Amino acid sequence: MTIRLEPRIAAPRWLSAAATIGAVVVALVISGAIIGFVGGDPIRSYLHILNASFGSIGVLSDTLVKATPLILTGLACALAFRMRLWNIGAEGQFLLGAWGATAVVLSGVLPKGTPAVVVLPLMMAAGMLAGAIWGLIPGVLRARLGVNEIITTLMLNYVALFWIQFWVFGPWSESGFQQTKTFPPEAWLPRLSDFATTVPAFGGLTVHLGLIFGLVAAGIVWLILERSRWGYEIRLIGDSPRAARYAGIDIARNLIVVFAVSGALAGLAGMSEVAGSVHRLQDRISPGYGFTAIIIAYLAKFHPGRVVVASILFGALILAGREIQPSGVPAMIQGIILFALIVSDTLVRYRVRIERTPPPAPATAEPAVPG
Amino acid sequence: MTAIDAPALAIDAPALAIDARGIVKSFPGVLANDHVDFDLRRGEVHALLGENGAGKSTLMNILAGLYRPDEGEIRIDGEPVTFGSPRDAIAAGLGMVHQHFTLVPSQTVTENILLGLDRPRFLLHERRSEAEVAALAERFGMRVDPRARIWQLSVGEQQRVEILKMLYRGARILIMDEPTAVLAPQEADELFETLRSMTREGRSVVFISHKLGEVLAIADRVTVMRRGVVTAAGLPTAGATRADLARLMVGRSVLETIDRVPVTPGSIVLAVEGVSARNDRGLPALRDVSLDVRAGEIVGIAAVAGNGQSELAEVITGLRPCTGAIRIAGEEVANESAGTVIARGVAHIPEDRSTVGSAPNLSLTDNLIMKRYREAPVARGWLMDEATARTIAGTLKESYAIAAPSVDTQARLLSGGNLQRLILAREIETKPGLLIAVQPTRGLDVGAIESVHRLLLSLREHGTAILLISEELDEILALSDRIDVVYEGRVVGTFPSAEADVGRIGLLMTGGDEEAAS
Amino acid sequence: MDLTLVLAAGIAAGTVLVFAAVGEIFAERAGVLNLGVEGMMLMGAVAGFSTSAATGNAWLGVLAGMIAGGLLALLHAVVTIHLRADQVVSGLALTFLGTGLARVLGEGLTNRVVATLPRLTVPVLSDVPIAGPILFRDQSILTYVGFIVVPIAWFWIERTRPGLHLRAIGEYPAAADAQGIGVYRLRYAYVILGGVLAGLGGAAITLAISPGWFGDQTVNGRGWIAVGLVIFARWNPIRVAIGAYLFGAIFRFILDIQGVHSILGIENPFLAGRSSTFFLEMLPYLFVIAVVILGSRAATRQRIGAPAALGTPYVRGERGA
Repeated sequence: MTIRLEPRIAAPRWLSAAATIGAVVVALVISGAIIGFVGGDPIRSYLHILNASFGSIGVLSDTLVKATPLILTGLACALAFRMRLWNIGAEGQFLLGAWGATAVVLSGVLPKGTPAVVVLPLMMAAGMLAGAIWGLIPGVLRARLGVNEIITTLMLNYVALFWIQFWVFGPWSESGFQQTKTFPPEAWLPRLSDFATTVPAFGGLTVHLGLIFGLVAAGIVWLILERSRWGYEIRLIGDSPRAARYAGIDIARNLIVVFAVSGALAGLAGMSEVAGSVHRLQDRISPGYGFTAIIIAYLAKFHPGRVVVASILFGALILAGREIQPSGVPAMIQGIILFALIVSDTLVRYRVRIERTPPPAPATAEPAVPG
Repeated sequence: MTAIDAPALAIDAPALAIDARGIVKSFPGVLANDHVDFDLRRGEVHALLGENGAGKSTLMNILAGLYRPDEGEIRIDGEPVTFGSPRDAIAAGLGMVHQHFTLVPSQTVTENILLGLDRPRFLLHERRSEAEVAALAERFGMRVDPRARIWQLSVGEQQRVEILKMLYRGARILIMDEPTAVLAPQEADELFETLRSMTREGRSVVFISHKLGEVLAIADRVTVMRRGVVTAAGLPTAGATRADLARLMVGRSVLETIDRVPVTPGSIVLAVEGVSARNDRGLPALRDVSLDVRAGEIVGIAAVAGNGQSELAEVITGLRPCTGAIRIAGEEVANESAGTVIARGVAHIPEDRSTVGSAPNLSLTDNLIMKRYREAPVARGWLMDEATARTIAGTLKESYAIAAPSVDTQARLLSGGNLQRLILAREIETKPGLLIAVQPTRGLDVGAIESVHRLLLSLREHGTAILLISEELDEILALSDRIDVVYEGRVVGTFPSAEADVGRIGLLMTGGDEEAAS
Repeated sequence: MDLTLVLAAGIAAGTVLVFAAVGEIFAERAGVLNLGVEGMMLMGAVAGFSTSAATGNAWLGVLAGMIAGGLLALLHAVVTIHLRADQVVSGLALTFLGTGLARVLGEGLTNRVVATLPRLTVPVLSDVPIAGPILFRDQSILTYVGFIVVPIAWFWIERTRPGLHLRAIGEYPAAADAQGIGVYRLRYAYVILGGVLAGLGGAAITLAISPGWFGDQTVNGRGWIAVGLVIFARWNPIRVAIGAYLFGAIFRFILDIQGVHSILGIENPFLAGRSSTFFLEMLPYLFVIAVVILGSRAATRQRIGAPAALGTPYVRGERGA
C-alpha cells in the first residue's frame, strides 16, 4: 500500500484556517497525553492555564504584559521569514536591545533627573540600534559572503547571552546578585496602574506602553508588507529570488535592511521588557521569547494581525505555564504545536491518496542475460 | 560478463517488442492518455509524433516505469508486465533517454553509468569499470571519456552517455524523448546513424518528436497523438507527407507560413563589442563577441545548447558580469544591475519561465506588474496602488488570452503556454526599445507558437529591436532578418536572411569550417 | 595545567561532536538538511540517562539514546520526504520539540548518579610518544568507537557502491530514480542514521564524557556546532573529525583555564568566579561563526558546494505529456 500526495489546484479558504486550528488542538491533546504519561494531570493543567491567564482583569493584564515582547519579536520573525530569511536570532537581538536600553540608564551618560520624556526615547533608540546591529552581523555575512544565517544567528544568541551575563554578574551587578539595580522611575514605561488615581479600575494593572509599541509596529509592518513597494520586493524575494533578481531587485541590500529592521524590532522588545515590566536587567530576562516568536510567526503565516493574536495566546502559555509541573511543559507544547502546523500545512497543500500496490511483475519478464 | 554481450534475440522471438493496449492515465485536471494503443516491432525505428501536451511523454514514461497507468495492458516480447519502477522496466530490457538528462553533473561518466547497477556489488573498482565503458563506447562508435565529469561535457556528449547507460544495462528497446532538440543538424545525423546500427543488431527504437521532417527521414513507422488520443497508429512513413502528418497532429493543415513584412531597420539599439564572460562553472562562455541589433530588426542567434547563448542574454540584461562594452541606445550598460537595464527600456523573455520569469506562488497580478511596480500608476510614492495593479492585470489577461480563473490565481497553476503568455504580456506591453527573447516558444503548442511569432513580428514592425535566441533553427530562419551563428562563445558566421543556408549554418554551429565545407 | 590531560579531555569532548556531525553528513549527503540535531542530542541524552538510572545498565542507556534520536529523525524524515515540508522549519520544530520533551522527561533527574560506560587504556598504543597518552589513555569506550566511525564513514561514502548511490541522491535524485534507486527509501535510512548518531552523541555526554543530567545545559548548543562543522568540513568525515576534536579541545581549554592562577607570570584574568569568564564562554560560538565563514568562502572558491539537491524535496516529475 502506498500513500501518494497530489497537489491541490487551489485550497479553499476555510481549509487553511481550519487546519491551523486543528493542528493546535491536536498538539494540545498530544501534549496532554504526555503530561499524563509523566504523572501530571493534563485537564487540571490546561484549566489552570486558562484561569491563570484570562480568569480576571488582573491576570489578563499580566498576560498582555507577557504578550508584548512576543508581539514585537513575532513581528521581527514574520518580517524576515516572509523573505525566507531565517532569523533565528530574535532571542539574541532581544537581549542586545535590553542591554542597550539598560546601558542608557546605568552608564551615567545622562545626568540625574533627566525627565522620562528624554530618557525613554533614548532607551528606545538604543535598544533598537543594539538589536539592529546584532541583526546586521548575520545579514552582512549572508549578503556578502553567502554564509548560512541560521547558524550565525543561533551562535550570536549564545554570545548575546554571555554578554548579558558578563554585565549583570560584573560591572552592573547589584551587590553581587545576578541583576542590576532597579531603574529610576524616569526609566519606567508608563503603565495603566499609574493612572489609578484618575481611573480606579486601573489599579494594579501592569499593562504598559510597550503594548502600544507592539500594536503600532504590527500596523506598520502590515502596511509595509501588504501595501508598499518594499513589501512587494520582500514577498517576491521570498517566493523566488531568481525572479526577483530578474526583475531588477537588489537582493543583497534587502537582506541587510530586512535583517536590520528585524533586529531593531526584537531590540525594541528587549527595551520594552526592561523598561516596562522588569525595570532592571537580569540574567534570565527572557524565557525564550525569541524562540517562541518563531513559532508565533509560523502559526500566523507571517501576517502581522495574526501575530498579535497568537502572541496573546502564547503569552498566556508562558505566564501560566511557569506553575505547571513538570517544568518543561510550555516549551514542549510549543514544539508540538509547530510540528503539528507543519503537518497540517501539508494536508492543506496536498490531497492524500492511498493506493494499493500492483502485484509485482511476473517472473517471465526476464532480464536479457543471467545476472 | 555484462548484459550487452548477450545475443540480441532468438529467431523465434515474438515480432512485437512492445504491445500496449488501452492505456489510460490522468493527472489533476488533465487526461494525458485516453485509451491509447501502441505497438513497436522488433528491429524498427518508430516515431511518436504530436505537439506539446499531446500525451507522448506520458505514454513513454509509463513504458519506462516512471508512471503507472490507471488502466491498460502492456506486453514486452509477448509477456504481460507491470512496472512498479524504472528498475522493472530496465530489467525487462527497456531503456529511456529523457529530454532532460538524468545525469549527476558532479560525477564522472563511469560513475553515472554504474549508478543503479547490481554489480559491482559493494566495492567500486574505478579502473576496471572505466575500461569497460571505454570498450562499450568504441563498439558502438561513440567517442566519450569515461573519466570526464558530466558538467564538462557538451550536450551531445552527455546524450551519448545516456545512451551508453542504457546499452550497458542490456537495453533491447531504446526510447528517446525529443533527442534532437539539443543537437545541431550534423550531430542529429550522427545520432540517427547510431540508432540504425542498433536496429541492425535487432534492437528496437522509439523516438518522440514534434518535428515532421525528422520523422519522415528516420522512422519506419509513426504513431500520431493529439490531446491524449491516437490519431494514427503505426503509419508507415513511406508515402506519407508532411501535410498528412500535420493534419493528424493538429486536426487541420497547419504549416506555418507567416510572411515577414520588409522593414527598414533604424539606428543601432544594441551594440555588443568585444564581450567576454564566464559561465557558472568559471569557464569562458563568451569570447570576444561583437554584434549589433537595429530598431525594427530581428537578429537570430543560431547555436547548439551550451555554446554561450544563455550567457549572452544574461550579460545584456544585467544578470551576469562581463568584460567589454555593451551599449543600449548609446549608453553603456555592461555590468550595470538588472534594474538599470530595465530602466533603459529593455524587455527580457527568459529561458526559464517558471523560476526566473515568474514567481510561482504570487498572483497573476503580482507577476504582471513585476517590471512596473516602481513607477506610477502602479506605484504611489512608496506605496502601491493595488486597485490600479489589478485593473492593469485584468486588461492584460484579456488581451493576451491568459487562461486562468482570475487575476488572483497563483502563477504556478498556469500551463506552460499560459505562463509564457503572461511573460509576453508583461514584457511586450511596455513597447520596449529592445527585446531579448530566449526560447520564446519552448514547450508551446502549434497555435501558441504561431501567436508568439505574430507578436514578435508586429513588435518588429513597430520598431522594436529584437535579439532572438532559440534552439529551433526553423524558428530562427522564419523570423530573423539576420542570423549570427555562435559556436563555443564566438560569433563564427553571420547571414542576412536571404542568404541563409541550413547546411552552412548547421556546419558552423558544430564548429565546422565554412571554407572546408565546399 | 597538564597539557596532555587537557588535550585528552578535548578528544573526549570532541567525540560527542564527531557522532553528531558524522550523522549530519550522512543526512545532508543524501540531500536532507537536518536542523533538529540539537533536539535529537538532548533526547538521546535524557533517554540514555534515564534508562541507565532505571536499569542500572549504561549500555541499555546508549541503546535507548540511539533509539530516541532515531525516532525523532523518523518524524523529520516523514515530514520532509513524504509530506515535502520545508526542511528548515521541520528541523527547527524538532529542536523545539526535542528540547521541550527532554526537559519534561528529565524532570527530577538532575542530581541522580547513574551507571556510566567503562573507560579503557589501550595497551601498546597509549605508550606512543606524545599522541599515545592523549588519544589512548583512560578514554571512554565511546571515544574509541568515535575513532573507528570516522574512517568507516569516509570509506562508505567515497569507495563503495552504496556510497555512490548516497552521493547521487543528494546531488541529482532524478538520475538515481531513473536508475531504479529508491530515493525515498535511502533518504529515510540516512536521515534516521543521522538521528541515531545524534542520539548517540547525546547519550555520550550524559553517560560517558560529562556524566550527569543538567537540564537544558546538557547539550548547550553542541548540536548546532555540529551542523556548522559539517559546512566547514565541506561534507567530508575526516575533515569534520579534525574540526570536532579541535572544538573539543577549545571547550576543555575554556573550562580548565579558569582554574589556573597565573599565565606566564601574569595573573589570570579568566579565573573562575570572575565575570570575565563569560568572554571565554563565548569563544566556541564565535569560533563556529568563523569556521562557517571560512567554509563558505572555500566552497565558493573551489566550487565544491553543498550536495546540489540539499534542502529540496524530491518529487518524481508530476506533470507529463
